[in-house]
Amino acid sequence: MRERARIVTRWGMVIDLDRCTGCVACEVACKSENNIATVPPDQAAMGRAKSWMKVVAEVEGEFPDTSLHFYPRPCMQCDNPPCVKVCPVAATYINDEGTVAQIYARCIGCRYCANACPYTVKYFNWYGPEWADSERQHLNPDVSVRPKGVIEKCTFCHHRLQQAREDARAEGRVLREEDYQPACQEACPTAAIVFGDLENSTHRVRQLKDDPRSMRLMEDLGTAPKVYYLRPRE
Amino acid sequence: MRHDVREKLARMSPDEQTLLRPLVETSRTFYISAAALGAIGLWGLYAYYLQVRYGLGRTGLNRPEYWGIYIISFVFFIGISHAGTLISAILRVAKAEWRRSITRSAELITVIVIGFGAIQPIIDLGRPDRALNIIFNAQFRSPLLWDVMSIGLYFFSCTIYLYVPLLPDLALIRDSGIKMPRLYRFLAAGYHDTPAQRARLERVIGVLSLAVIPIAISVHTIIGWIFAMTLRPMWHSTIFGPYFVMGAIYSGIGAILVAMVVLRRVYHLEQYFKDVHFDYLGRMLLLFSLLWFYFTFAEYLTVFYGAEPAEMRVFWAKISGPFAIPFWTMVLGAFVIPFVLMSRQATRTPRGTLIAGMAVVVGMWLERYNIVVPTSVNPIWELESLAHYMPSWIELSIMAATFAGFILLYMVATKFIPIVSIWEIREGRQESVKQVADRVATYLPDSSLPAGVVES
Repeated sequence: MRERARIVTRWGMVIDLDRCTGCVACEVACKSENNIATVPPDQAAMGRAKSWMKVVAEVEGEFPDTSLHFYPRPCMQCDNPPCVKVCPVAATYINDEGTVAQIYARCIGCRYCANACPYTVKYFNWYGPEWADSERQHLNPDVSVRPKGVIEKCTFCHHRLQQAREDARAEGRVLREEDYQPACQEACPTAAIVFGDLENSTHRVRQLKDDPRSMRLMEDLGTAPKVYYLRPRE
Repeated sequence: MRHDVREKLARMSPDEQTLLRPLVETSRTFYISAAALGAIGLWGLYAYYLQVRYGLGRTGLNRPEYWGIYIISFVFFIGISHAGTLISAILRVAKAEWRRSITRSAELITVIVIGFGAIQPIIDLGRPDRALNIIFNAQFRSPLLWDVMSIGLYFFSCTIYLYVPLLPDLALIRDSGIKMPRLYRFLAAGYHDTPAQRARLERVIGVLSLAVIPIAISVHTIIGWIFAMTLRPMWHSTIFGPYFVMGAIYSGIGAILVAMVVLRRVYHLEQYFKDVHFDYLGRMLLLFSLLWFYFTFAEYLTVFYGAEPAEMRVFWAKISGPFAIPFWTMVLGAFVIPFVLMSRQATRTPRGTLIAGMAVVVGMWLERYNIVVPTSVNPIWELESLAHYMPSWIELSIMAATFAGFILLYMVATKFIPIVSIWEIREGRQESVKQVADRVATYLPDSSLPAGVVES
């Protein structure tokens, strides 16, 4: 415990937009990893699809001089998260390692946090989750499923951190960079997503976040996201 | 009406006869309307049952339109509640004598409507079964928690503020024995209108009317802050606290006027709700229509001039985009109609104020719609703007049931308490005429002294 308090850890992510091909493997991996229930097409058309990691396409310029960029958009895991301040029951909070977490069993479903989030990354369970029998077999036992009426969001695959810590402890070694990687990063075929400890100088995210191409979404709002993007080279 | 009750009533003063008659005599229209309103209320309960059973998916809400009809109703009903308290408290504090016949009906609106407003956010909860987490896991940085505290205090103080000035009338009903003696013995709480009790009563009313003013202002300020504390375009605005308070009082005056016209008609209160009352309240409505225009103009001009892209998307969505119809209907209802009607003496009549009052109520409902929905569907990150919002029949049923429940409870309450304060009218006749004359005399220069001489 004493040791953990001394070491400052801030998990973060760097996404290289030049490498992203918009293949959406990260989205699929995330849904499968985190037991994110799919919704019927009519619900999706109403804007009720859940996708903790979402590849958003941005078209710039007027036809025919257009350019297309993809922004894979997880929760920004802000250092100054607007969602945490407004939650009346502290169901969403920022933990010791800077990850913004959600207590599903405490959330009252007021959706204030969802309104406060400038990145629109919070998802509400309008109905209870449903899976086809074939999908039900493959639910991830490490991730709790969410009941109807609560908010859910990207956790940086926090359950993987717990697993990695346990493994490292069992093997009597320190946690290595590659031990804890979220599902989206793991699935990315072009290695556009890099994940690690922003405070640890041996981790790649630490170097990449200081890259000249590095930027964060809506930095001017002062939310201090821990997800960085590397701007595409022109 | 039973024979003995009729005899007892016949022995009372004309004021008491007129004002107590609704308590002992109920028309068929009353029962029919009550049954109809009750049916709408039950329908709404059924809709809510479906929503709890199957989830908020039964509403038209979505991402990013997280808040809809329930939150609009919440702001709207709590806004209406500012009718009673503020109007009645401010008029009492200002010693406005014409208040005497209108305070009771206004205070009653307040207490009933707070209840119906306060349940709206609970209806809106995904997990109403966990509502008490707000107490067990209170997180004091959340404006929603400030809101729970201020509305709780508001409801408590407004109930007392309704009840205390009721005491002499409750004692009168108890002593007259015209209705449910045991109930009124309990409600009158041993009040006998002795000079000492009366003096204490007036002192308490004086303190309460001062205390409820800041509480009422805090309530709608905090409701405005719920929106303003987020970073969303056209919510994140410092004007929202005062803007909401002003709008709340405005819609409250509109609601009082509608209620007064109806009460005057059904209970034959022409002698109590006189043309002068409609004239004076009409002038207040006129003042607030101008204030509303001023606040709204200031807000929109600031947004337009600053021209931040995210704000401009919401701005144009309202001015000429998908929300142009609700926006311009709001301007019509909340400004044009009341301003035109109330700026002329000839239309500050019961009929004119009724139309203006209804226009304001509808316009102010739309104002809340225009605050909640256009910003919700235009999140700050443009790439996520995909939504549209169409309330489901569940939401509309619950809204209809809320209106019906409020009107029904108000109707039923007029069967238990005199809707015009009997003792305050009596006090007005017996004492205030002279007091006012004396007071006015003190405003004037002393005629016994020659001009220019200062009394030392």
